[in-house]
Amino acid sequence: MERESMQFDVVIVGGGPSGLSAAIRLKQLGLSAGKEISVCVLEKASEIGAHILSGAVIEPRSLSELFPNWAELGAPLHTPAGKDRFLYLTKKRALRLPTPPQMHNKGNFIASLGNLCRWLAEQAEELEVEVYPGFAAAEVLYDAQGVVKGVATGDMGLLEDGTEGPNFERGMELHAKQTIFAEGARGSLTKTLFERFDLRSESDPQVFGLGIKELWEVEPSNHKKGQITHTTGWPLDTKTYGGSWMYHFDDNLVSIGFVVGLNYRNPYLSPFEEMQRFKTHPAISSVFDGGKRIAYGARAISAGGFQSIPKLTFPGGMLVGDTAGFLNLPKIKGTHTAMKSGMTAAEAIFESLEDTQSISNEVTGYRQRLEGTWLWDELKKVRNIKPSFHWGLFPAMAYSAIDTYILRGRAPWTFAHKADHEGLLPAERCKPLDYPKPDGKLTFDKLSSVFLSNTNHEEGQPCHLTLKEASVAIDTNYKIFDGPEARYCPAGVYEYVEEGSGPRLQINSQNCVHCKTCDIKDPTQNINWVTPEGGGGPNYPNM
Amino acid sequence: MKILVAVKRAIDYNVKARPKADGSDVDLANVKMSMNPFDEIAVEEAIRLQEAGVASETVAVSIGPKQCQETLRTAMAMGIDRGILVSSDDEVQPLAVAKLLKSVVEKEQPELVIVGKQAIDDDSNQVGQMLAALLGWSQGTFACGVELDGSESLTVRREIDGGIQTLDLKMPAVITTDLRLNEPRYVKLPNIMKAKKKPLDVIEAGETGVDIKPRLVTLKVTEPPVREGGVKVEDVNELIEKLRNEAKVI
Repeated sequence: MERESMQFDVVIVGGGPSGLSAAIRLKQLGLSAGKEISVCVLEKASEIGAHILSGAVIEPRSLSELFPNWAELGAPLHTPAGKDRFLYLTKKRALRLPTPPQMHNKGNFIASLGNLCRWLAEQAEELEVEVYPGFAAAEVLYDAQGVVKGVATGDMGLLEDGTEGPNFERGMELHAKQTIFAEGARGSLTKTLFERFDLRSESDPQVFGLGIKELWEVEPSNHKKGQITHTTGWPLDTKTYGGSWMYHFDDNLVSIGFVVGLNYRNPYLSPFEEMQRFKTHPAISSVFDGGKRIAYGARAISAGGFQSIPKLTFPGGMLVGDTAGFLNLPKIKGTHTAMKSGMTAAEAIFESLEDTQSISNEVTGYRQRLEGTWLWDELKKVRNIKPSFHWGLFPAMAYSAIDTYILRGRAPWTFAHKADHEGLLPAERCKPLDYPKPDGKLTFDKLSSVFLSNTNHEEGQPCHLTLKEASVAIDTNYKIFDGPEARYCPAGVYEYVEEGSGPRLQINSQNCVHCKTCDIKDPTQNINWVTPEGGGGPNYPNM
Repeated sequence: MKILVAVKRAIDYNVKARPKADGSDVDLANVKMSMNPFDEIAVEEAIRLQEAGVASETVAVSIGPKQCQETLRTAMAMGIDRGILVSSDDEVQPLAVAKLLKSVVEKEQPELVIVGKQAIDDDSNQVGQMLAALLGWSQGTFACGVELDGSESLTVRREIDGGIQTLDLKMPAVITTDLRLNEPRYVKLPNIMKAKKKPLDVIEAGETGVDIKPRLVTLKVTEPPVREGGVKVEDVNELIEKLRNEAKVI
């Protein structure tokens, strides 16, 4: 069946901070030059912000560049960052460490990134950006010369076996002069672009962390508005990269989260259980006495930094935000860089649209411009800190201190990254981890957690977690690694079910919170995450 | 024939509703809102009647704050011809809604009004019935099948305890939709774009002359009580003992 098509100047895949900033900047530039630019933003979530999850302490630098009067316009940044605490945890104790300079938060704000995106989308619509949540870009479209000419939205109303159901609607083609991919970490279309245009040939692989977040409403007496706490150490062993955040903001809200580097070795590790266990630490748990958990979610983040930045442009399109990977890991912030990359992409595209002489469809000016911005300097300076954690926590902290205080990011070397999925050891070489049972008050199981993410997928659609080779699930994942997906998935999607004939992998795709961890960590890269029907996935409020 | 459909902006059915900390109401801050699912069915039914050539015009009306315009745009993206927002930032309770709808009906003169049987936020299930009574029209509630017999009457099948009741109604009439009436269509992207250009009129609730003062007072909104886990009993004697002394039911 033929698809309908529509033509835009720029199509943006993803309505997060980078995509929306790109859309807004394009319209602003068009407006000031008196030029009509048509911009369309596609978002797979049911509404803007519903798939956005972040700590978040937000550095407003890019926002101020985009909207100098953002406070007047009502941007939802209400809680100025207060005191910073950086703690090293042992099982029973908490040792206060000096806060690394990158982690000082003066001038920043504790906020919900989802709500900031909701606000950005309103601003974008004011500027006549066409914002379409509920539609997933499912396919990259190419012209006869192999130039990206846009994307197609997914078909709606397919049945489980892939045939057309009674309410079937064919997807639609959105054509553009430039397509901006702003899918967030491990974008499913970006992944195909990496292969097609060999965008990683001159950079390290991307490495990721999995962040799991809970939002709590706590007793007013336990709330210290503006307080920012980060921890490292327990419950992770010193060979596993990770740590926590805890932010007190707005009215009695506390955002608490835990990040585990996805290059972890032990297939028995469960990031979800580490997060639950972490909350029981005596320095942490009392905050939640009498409190109520109101939201839950998880999302992978790109942590590779400078040396993992891929080639950013290709004929017909470009990458912005976390799908390219601009997160500043030592600073544990990526919103300001994501927004900056989107804005810079917009400026480069605008310039190329103005330049009617050139016939090039690859906007290489984007990278050149980016190299001249503060973003580039910021990421370059801190490039050696994350890879140094390969040596374990203490050597890395020592190195990070030297790199930060003495070398000041000007070391003549650059450490390399290894892809996360290669890190897993066979189960027989590892010890199973014994996690405590949830108490239902402070700690919880996966299913009651997923319940709070408001996740839903239309029933009866094809499974969006595809296996390249079905037999690998048992022959490799189960037999060699003891089924790690059942533990790393924070939403209980993967289950090995014992049956008469032996174990079988059951995929509960309706639980999927779109964190992308399986696509990243699967040891043989056999799991391929593709977009489900638009509108599916979590419905995060205030995350 | 003109059909009027009423659509309510309600908390999305996927979202877990949660009381505010002070128990005054459900917390709706930054929570996803959508068209009430029963109203989606009403919209779908109106569009199908139009596609079947029975209806000549379909109009959607919503009552509430300005964000209800999004709900109306969704209805228009599905296929409704135009929208009317009765704008009010104050709480509107079922009786006020029925009276405001009556004033819209008097202005628009539709032959058929289709509304959802209830909204999933307050579950009142009152507006359709009250509207029919205020207008003095026939009513077919909990409809799972609607067929027009010429322009004078219609047959409505309705879900009742233990079966399906078939009613013959004289026009004009009010229908309230049940879940099995139809399955609403997906909204197509180009239709969302087209819906932005369809006419949407805004009427101030205050200018209708309808008294919308609330009649009901919400005392408290709380979570349902937590269900306590059961216990296993060893034998019949222990069961009887517990029923007699703990539960005190025998």
